[in-house]
Amino acid sequence: MASLDSVETFVRTQREQIDASVEARGLVKTYRSGARIVRAVDGVDVSIARGETVALLGPNGAGKSTTIDLLLGLLEPDAGEASLFGGPPQEAVAAGRIGSMLQTGSLIRDLDVQELVEMMASVYPHPLCVEDTLRQARIEELADRRTQTLSGGETQRVRFALALVSDPDLLVLDEPTVGMDVEARRAFWTTMRQGAAHGRTVLFATHYMDEADTYADRAILMAHGKVVAAAPTTEIKGLVGTRTIRATLSDADDADLGALEGVLQMERHGDVVVLNCSDSDRAIRALLDHYPEARDIEIASAGLEDAFVLLTSDGNGAS
Amino acid sequence: MNPVYLRYELLRTFRNRRYVLFAILIPVALYFATAGPSRGESDLAGTGISAPLYFMVGLAAFGGMNAVVSIGGRIAAERSVGWTRQLRLTPLSTRGYFRAKVATAYALALVTLGVLYFSGSTLGVRLPAGEWLRMTGLILIGLVPFVALGIFLGHILTAESTGPAIGGITALFALLGGTWFPIQNGVMHDIAEALPSYWLVQASHVSLGGPGWTGLGWFVVAAWTVALGALAARAYRRDTQRI
Repeated sequence: MASLDSVETFVRTQREQIDASVEARGLVKTYRSGARIVRAVDGVDVSIARGETVALLGPNGAGKSTTIDLLLGLLEPDAGEASLFGGPPQEAVAAGRIGSMLQTGSLIRDLDVQELVEMMASVYPHPLCVEDTLRQARIEELADRRTQTLSGGETQRVRFALALVSDPDLLVLDEPTVGMDVEARRAFWTTMRQGAAHGRTVLFATHYMDEADTYADRAILMAHGKVVAAAPTTEIKGLVGTRTIRATLSDADDADLGALEGVLQMERHGDVVVLNCSDSDRAIRALLDHYPEARDIEIASAGLEDAFVLLTSDGNGAS
Repeated sequence: MNPVYLRYELLRTFRNRRYVLFAILIPVALYFATAGPSRGESDLAGTGISAPLYFMVGLAAFGGMNAVVSIGGRIAAERSVGWTRQLRLTPLSTRGYFRAKVATAYALALVTLGVLYFSGSTLGVRLPAGEWLRMTGLILIGLVPFVALGIFLGHILTAESTGPAIGGITALFALLGGTWFPIQNGVMHDIAEALPSYWLVQASHVSLGGPGWTGLGWFVVAAWTVALGALAARAYRRDTQRI
């Protein structure tokens, strides 16, 4: 039966390779910062099926942009391998299958928006027409504006149009809503939902939990260059949508505290205990039931950053 | 060649009025400053060459060089807004990218030469059609290594440093190549002969009765073209980092 198993494994691997649009194994990228060597990306695996929308979620400096650079072939990994649609990233790029919006970037000047879109359309084998591109990105009203006169948010929307103009199979957006106000952010994601992403594989980086939560099927959480979790966004929310309870409590067994209802993890700093909670309401009741002497109690919501730090500092490795 | 891409590359270059004006105006201003006061001089230092003609051809070499190297500044500016990285994620090939940059550089050089020739004619310069063409043709060939130099510098310098770097390098090439002062013999002449700017000056001197290029001239220009072209291509390929 062992041989049958291996055939099954083989078939599954083949299928995964065919279905995967993004596939990366063990990506490592280091760079030198003064005398120190920083591992910006430290053993990252990414696998994205066709048609999936995946958020790359993490605080600033987590390694999201470097990971994207590696996936797109802009950077050579020190170790590991990235492939797009089963081949080297450069091949997918040369075939015009990728639409991208990198994190840092603006537009070249002295062209109207529609001229710039037409210029970039001309380098692709099967581009959308200019009108469709402007409509999908909802920037028809910017068509006649010179690029150097656009605001930050408008520039981002035009850059988004440039990511769409190739009619790409894979759309890679690195913090696409940076520089947009709340209103513009909402409008941007509405645009995405209303067809810009239709039938496409989408990978986007963000440090906004709500963007990942409302838009992605799945999120890959990164911190300190590592993937700390990769799961459907509903599960991720449970992981990082946490609160912490901080209290002064000297005579309590750490293990018992960690086992309280609603508590995920505990940390002790002298007399101060910090409880990281999945359900802080239940946790605080349980804490006061068992330890009425607890004092100086503070409850705070843990930001993404805190949650990530917690997840990594605990050696909660790649899943 | 992608005509749409090229058209917009040219359009946006010439729409940048300040850039175009400075690329053209500086050689023209220098021309009138040098040739203007001595416009009546028809036999410069007993050579039989008129001052307006002598300065016109000298500035044609310098102006052409200045124009093509200046695209480095544009490239550095594009890189500073992440545009080059964006292009790397499109099917535009290194070749396609270079073609558009080379075409832009030559368009600027041709406009500069045209304006200088016109300025020369207003000061009384008259040449047979064949000499205008021979001189221009040889200058355009002599500019090839400088186009590569411009692209190379654009991909290794930051936008802030291109001004002084490009200005300085262009001035040095012009000086050592004999654009400003004739270099007749000695060590300086041996050095000059190994520089592409020297042969650019020789190209412009075709209309002064000069012999044009020797075999060494063709070799020096070809060698600089190959070397700088390889450096430029390498710089472009490696230029994928965030800056």
